[in-house]
Amino acid sequence: MITTVKSYFKSLVLLELFKGLGVTGRYLFARKFTVQYPEEKAPVSPRFRGLHALRRYPNGEERCISCKLCEAVCPALAITIEAEPRADGSRRTTKYEIDLFKCIYCGFCEESCPVDSIVLSRVYEYCMEENNERIIGKTRLLELGDKHEAQLAADRAEQAKYR
Amino acid sequence: MEAIVNLWNSFSQDWPALALLILTLLKIVVIMLPLMVLVAYFTYAERKIIGYMQVRIGPNRVGFFGRHAFGLGQPLADAFKLMFKEILIPTKANRVLFIIAPMLTLGPALAAWAVFPFGDGMALADINAGLLYLLAMTSVGVYGVIVAGWASNSKYALLGAMRSAAQIVSYEIAMGFALVGVLVAAGSLNLGEIVRAQSGSLLHWYWLPLLPLFMIYFISGVAETNRAPFDVAEGESEIVAGFHIDYSGMTFAAFFLAEYANMILVSALTALMFMGGWLSPFQGTFLESFFAWVPGFVWLVMKTFFFMYLFLWFRATFPRYRYDQIMRLGWKVFIPITIVWILVVGLAVVYQLPWWFD
Repeated sequence: MITTVKSYFKSLVLLELFKGLGVTGRYLFARKFTVQYPEEKAPVSPRFRGLHALRRYPNGEERCISCKLCEAVCPALAITIEAEPRADGSRRTTKYEIDLFKCIYCGFCEESCPVDSIVLSRVYEYCMEENNERIIGKTRLLELGDKHEAQLAADRAEQAKYR
Repeated sequence: MEAIVNLWNSFSQDWPALALLILTLLKIVVIMLPLMVLVAYFTYAERKIIGYMQVRIGPNRVGFFGRHAFGLGQPLADAFKLMFKEILIPTKANRVLFIIAPMLTLGPALAAWAVFPFGDGMALADINAGLLYLLAMTSVGVYGVIVAGWASNSKYALLGAMRSAAQIVSYEIAMGFALVGVLVAAGSLNLGEIVRAQSGSLLHWYWLPLLPLFMIYFISGVAETNRAPFDVAEGESEIVAGFHIDYSGMTFAAFFLAEYANMILVSALTALMFMGGWLSPFQGTFLESFFAWVPGFVWLVMKTFFFMYLFLWFRATFPRYRYDQIMRLGWKVFIPITIVWILVVGLAVVYQLPWWFD
């Protein structure tokens, strides 16, 4: 009896509703979490899996030895590799293509690579206007690797102790 | 300046009817223009305030002359976008009704402002049955919704229109009863008289003696304008957008304007009927003479803004009601409470309860 009267009274004075209003009223003055994107950017993890890149050794020799492990492990079949012996007899790729529309950015290629050649960089701001731009070839991948080498090396060095 | 005044005087002597018409039209423009600007910036305030309550910052990019200006250009950009968009008419729609419906919704929402007193005696039409006129105008708005839902020839639009119509009609009763309480207390249907009857002090305003009616009136107002948490008419999770799903461009903008104009109207009427309209909140205290220079219009606007803010606050806070619960609230809770309180007010008026009704 008392409890019914109490609950009726509670609902009639809209107690719960005022509590709810209090919560939103407090958040009106709370600090906002919005990141003003083009001007501000959210921090990126060293393990971030963004656009691909092919790395080189410090002496300028490309790391990739055309073992095709990445091609084999790729679950989306996004990587296509063709290889031939180079003039000096070493085995090198003649074609290394990644289809960005197929790629699911799982990072298996990077993990499978025995020479740390194919890596996923921190770059996430890329777009394309033509359909055929989705396939990036060896020259472009090496360019990306050269451009971001400092960042890539630093990230790999930092993560080495966890591997 | 003097030449113009002289010209006007001779003109109004020669053609009194024409002069009256021009004067009335001028007054209408003076009321409508700020109202339209207010509607535009109310949408901006809604996005901004709800954004802040959701711990984000809302629109802040579109500004003027290359400056961001806190996104103040946003409502203008939205308005221009809607103006230049194509008005699509579905093939199987009833073309005449389809075009008429937005006007039917917007017309009454704006017409209701005719009797609204913006200050002591500052109404476009200071008629004696002002309250009745208001009730009529707010009820007529539902026709636009029904016609829109029917003319679209779409199941979602029809369902939304039916929901909206049932809801508006139900809450109209509770709203009407709440206003009956006001009119019993004030003893007049004239809106100016209702405000004057509340003069005395902040505690003389009708929010205190008519507290249940005040709350029911405002909540019914929220339901009547189909706003959250009573916005099942456009429940996007079930029926996409309700009755205006097939509307685009300026016809959609008309529904949008009507919704916001109705919200402003309900807020303004709550301020008028329960919060003492243009009366100063410091009346009867030692601060009265200190704030005497503030025009009554300013107090009215401040009270109206408070209730407009409540609309947004509700929307940011409460989850949507289930449809049967809306009906239960309207018919089984609000109407009995209003009837009981009308009885209480009636007794208080008959026996001249001191302070409010003596």
